[in-house]
Amino acid sequence: MIGLSFVLSGMLAAAMPFLLAALGELVAERAGVLNLGIEGMMALGAVTGFVIIFHGFGHATGFLGAGLAGAALSLLFAWLALSLRANQVAAGLAIGIFGQGLSALFGKSYESMTVAGLPKLQLPLLADLPVVGGMFTQDIVVWLGIAATLAIWAVLRMTKLGLIIRAVGENPTAARALGYPVIAVRYCAVMFGGLMAGLAGAYAATVYTPLWADGMIAGRGWIALALVVFGTWMVGRLFFGAILFGAVSLAQLAAQANGVNLNSQLLASLPYIVTIVVLGLISSNKKLLKRNGVASLGVPFDP
Amino acid sequence: MPVPLLSIRGLSKSYGAVHANRGIDLTVEKGSIHAILGENGAGKSTLMKLIYGVESPDAGQVSWQGKPVRPTSPAEARKLGIGMVFQHFSLFETLTVVENISLIVPGRTAALVTRIRDLGREYGLEVDPRAHVHSLSVGERQRVEIIRCLMTDPDLLILDEPTSVLPQQSVARLFDTLRRLRDRGVSILFISHKLEEIRAICDHATILRDGAVTGTVDPRDHDATDLATMMIGRDMPALPPATAHKPGKVALELAGLDHTPDDPFGQPLSKVALRLHQGEVLGIAGVSGNGQAELARLISGEVTLPDHRAAEVLMLGQAAGDLGAAARRALGFAFVPEERLGRGAVPEMSLADNTLLTAHRAGLVRRGMIDRAREAQFTATCIRDFDVRTPGPRTEAGALSGGNLQKFIVGREIMLAPRLLFVSQPTWGVDIGAATAIRRRLVAMRDAGAAVLIISEEIEELFEICDRVQVLNAGRLSPSMKVRDIRVEDVGRHMIGAAEGGAA
Amino acid sequence: MNLAGYRLARRDKASRKLAVVAPVVALLLSIALNFALYMAMGKNPVAVFQAMLIEPVISWPAFSEVLLKMTPLLLIAQGLAAGFRAKVINIGAEGQFILGAIFASAVPVWFPQISGLWVWPLMIVLGGIGGMLWAVVPAIWRVRLNASEILVTLMMSLIAAQLLNFLLVGPWKDPMGFNFPQSVIFPLDATLPLILPGTRVNVALAIALIWSVACWVYLQRSFQGYQLMVGGLAPQAAGYAGYSQSRAVWMSLLIGGLAAGLAGASEVAGPVGQLQRSIASGYGYSAIIVAYLGGLHPVGIVFSSLLIAILYIGGDNAMVSAGLPVAAVRVFQGSLLVCYLAAITLVRYRVIREPKGIRA
Repeated sequence: MIGLSFVLSGMLAAAMPFLLAALGELVAERAGVLNLGIEGMMALGAVTGFVIIFHGFGHATGFLGAGLAGAALSLLFAWLALSLRANQVAAGLAIGIFGQGLSALFGKSYESMTVAGLPKLQLPLLADLPVVGGMFTQDIVVWLGIAATLAIWAVLRMTKLGLIIRAVGENPTAARALGYPVIAVRYCAVMFGGLMAGLAGAYAATVYTPLWADGMIAGRGWIALALVVFGTWMVGRLFFGAILFGAVSLAQLAAQANGVNLNSQLLASLPYIVTIVVLGLISSNKKLLKRNGVASLGVPFDP
Repeated sequence: MPVPLLSIRGLSKSYGAVHANRGIDLTVEKGSIHAILGENGAGKSTLMKLIYGVESPDAGQVSWQGKPVRPTSPAEARKLGIGMVFQHFSLFETLTVVENISLIVPGRTAALVTRIRDLGREYGLEVDPRAHVHSLSVGERQRVEIIRCLMTDPDLLILDEPTSVLPQQSVARLFDTLRRLRDRGVSILFISHKLEEIRAICDHATILRDGAVTGTVDPRDHDATDLATMMIGRDMPALPPATAHKPGKVALELAGLDHTPDDPFGQPLSKVALRLHQGEVLGIAGVSGNGQAELARLISGEVTLPDHRAAEVLMLGQAAGDLGAAARRALGFAFVPEERLGRGAVPEMSLADNTLLTAHRAGLVRRGMIDRAREAQFTATCIRDFDVRTPGPRTEAGALSGGNLQKFIVGREIMLAPRLLFVSQPTWGVDIGAATAIRRRLVAMRDAGAAVLIISEEIEELFEICDRVQVLNAGRLSPSMKVRDIRVEDVGRHMIGAAEGGAA
Repeated sequence: MNLAGYRLARRDKASRKLAVVAPVVALLLSIALNFALYMAMGKNPVAVFQAMLIEPVISWPAFSEVLLKMTPLLLIAQGLAAGFRAKVINIGAEGQFILGAIFASAVPVWFPQISGLWVWPLMIVLGGIGGMLWAVVPAIWRVRLNASEILVTLMMSLIAAQLLNFLLVGPWKDPMGFNFPQSVIFPLDATLPLILPGTRVNVALAIALIWSVACWVYLQRSFQGYQLMVGGLAPQAAGYAGYSQSRAVWMSLLIGGLAAGLAGASEVAGPVGQLQRSIASGYGYSAIIVAYLGGLHPVGIVFSSLLIAILYIGGDNAMVSAGLPVAAVRVFQGSLLVCYLAAITLVRYRVIREPKGIRA
């Protein structure tokens, strides 16, 4: 089976843009802020990372720049949504459109250009296993992404900081009455989300498919938003959801490798169709959403 | 004379044109229980927020143990030694008790758990530290709040209307806790508008009216009438005594209704049975959170039952369990919900547009189009007849005071001439004048032959206007009791219920 | 949040005056921001704005192109605004637009020789149906499955783009079209009649204006429009009064889908004259900006659609005359909405100064 080992070895990398962006959004939503501008933040991060790496500053600088660009754009969102108490949905859409515009503008002269990807690092012994061995041969960002997943899980679950973020998201009025700076916590959570979205975009544009094309994020930011719902705001479920989407988006290539003759537009739509189906399945369980959901999500806090 | 624990001089705070506090003076001695007494809207909560650093004063001075201080956040107030228990709890439902406490108390979880247990034993505040807050009863939640404060070793504990959420028998237990605290040197600021309670437990009382101090007394030296006069500036208004009526046809009947709400944090209802006749007022007593919200939605039609259970709600002679809110209104039903802003009225819309919300069926809509002239006329009548104090019908609902908005909503529903009127918490947060007016209107509806159903936390209110009461506790409704035949304590016994009694 | 001693205080009553002033302030602000951007890009900002904002409105031929561009934006944005008022956020107008275009194209693609005066009206009607059908999935998902219509409508748009690709490289490809991904060129009767001599402005503009009046009546005068607004402002109040949330969702999505479908049909049967990839040029997304910028009010939307149309035409001008990349227009649109959202804060809030020495 070429297909299986191909999907297994590639799905983690394919999952990274979803995973990183969704982890960031999860933290923002846990603090009570719905950021619909993820797609734009990923696009801006993607172009920033690509341009920096294209000009020879290396991947580390490129990812740093991408993260900062995403965070800067999310700062603008936070200012609108938190300080000015704008409608979070409208503000997210506005920032998303703005970010995608900036991405197209900055990427204009880099259309169809390429950069070198990242080398793969093997886990000794495990990488030599048949079929599944490819899963243990990944670039550094994948390993860091998995580490980040564990770290975010631990912070939300076991630290005071995580407790504060959850408290602010559940009941901002009570959190303020206890003396927590609700708006400041939300600013930080949103900017963390923007940073992660920027990194996710950079990964998509400079490692996963190291070639610049306008619109290359192609809805992955929106799928990341859906993933937070799929994961019912829990890090572990979100991680497996992201991997599922990594695998689905590889299906097109795997099918071709196996000579399966499926319509390529249908295969390209597959992640979107899966999103709609899974969203329907998860959302119809209202009790689950209510129990795990974030009570103040999307509601502007007026101190 | 020893230095007082807390001394306040000339404290003022305004919100826009509203002077919530005007030149307040207050002195709290060490080891005393000091009452702040006043009507709703007299400025009690604002004063506490200023002391606790939630809000900042516009003018005035606060001294703590003789030194001038200016707490600008609750964290600073706690550092000084001030703790506060809020009226609407500031607990986080999805967190456990110990997680809630660790939000303001440093330390490892295991150590906190031990301390919570120790404090619980010492002061009669037992609660399971590992339980999630959403699984706790209202009384248990209050214990968590008090423990949370005590863990910061406060010299002053502020309690905002602590008894308003408690069943009567739990009040005695709370008072016992408070006395033990005082005996260990903790001062207590006790906010309330309940005169008998204050006379029972407080050493001093400062009385507020319209944001200013109208007196500082020893409450044990005065009777309730004196205190009330200081509080409201006039004699207590009284309703004409209810006259016995011969009840008419059945207007509403629930026959052993079971219901599990969609909300996992909601209170399931079990075998709820009631029967209400035309020309009768039935009151549902009990502390909020015992299924009041769920029952209200089932009766109003905001939550419906499946078709095959339609007969479990009989309304005005029809099986109505599967009917939505609009269909029930078409039968002659009207409803005033407990949440005025956002449910009973749309805050961003004008009063005129808010009449349309439910009064559209009174000829305000013709062939799908809104008749603006009739809408204006209806609104003007409602504002005049129900004494709604507002600049005009174009004012947004959100700009009205709680009492005036409630008069508007009650007026709108009464003008629809319902045969069955259902009012949830008719006078919550409403000043005494407006509350009396609203109660008069409800009794007048009854006298005109309508069936009136009332959910209220205020037992005194129910005794004033109801013919019969039933008590809702832990999702179960007690048998019906004739108000003429019982005393307040009988209702209180049902409010304890089996569940609360077991936990206590 | 207070910066340097200032904070926001909620007004008792939304300021109507500022609601009208806010879009103008937003326009001026974004001109200032983009002025700086063009400087940084080494363009002459004055020349860019001359080409972008002035030239499209000073000559009749250019302005007629603005009216042509304005038509689909006006149609879609009026439809979206009804939903946005009810807090049903349909961001998938792009997909509904594509489906409208596909449904309308079916007629000339399957019957290339067709003729008759009824052909273009049929195509418009089919387009509207196509757009509505594409909105049915998100409506069912929201009403039956409680799924966010924001995500579902967006996903449906991405799928629609793939469907368009499939048709154009596969079954609907023009056999005589040198293998380009486009359909046959429509016969004359399958295109919209022109209404202004000497221009490309067609009957769709008239349809869009009639549609705007209909939306105004619906939203401002009808009880159903009022119910949508209550559902958006206070869902609990809508439930209390017994207004059906399901109906609000269905109405919102169907009106939005209908509008986008009409726009898609009028685009292929209008200036384009065939089904091709470039018809999916982002009208559906720009219309979101148009709707918000117009304050979700039918009258405001007429002005905002005009402004965004000017930016489109002006952007093309600026590309030719000042070498400005087309993406700069998207940036301008995005910044316009950002500035608008910042400016309308003042409709609801006043900025007041904190008393000296006290910080919350």
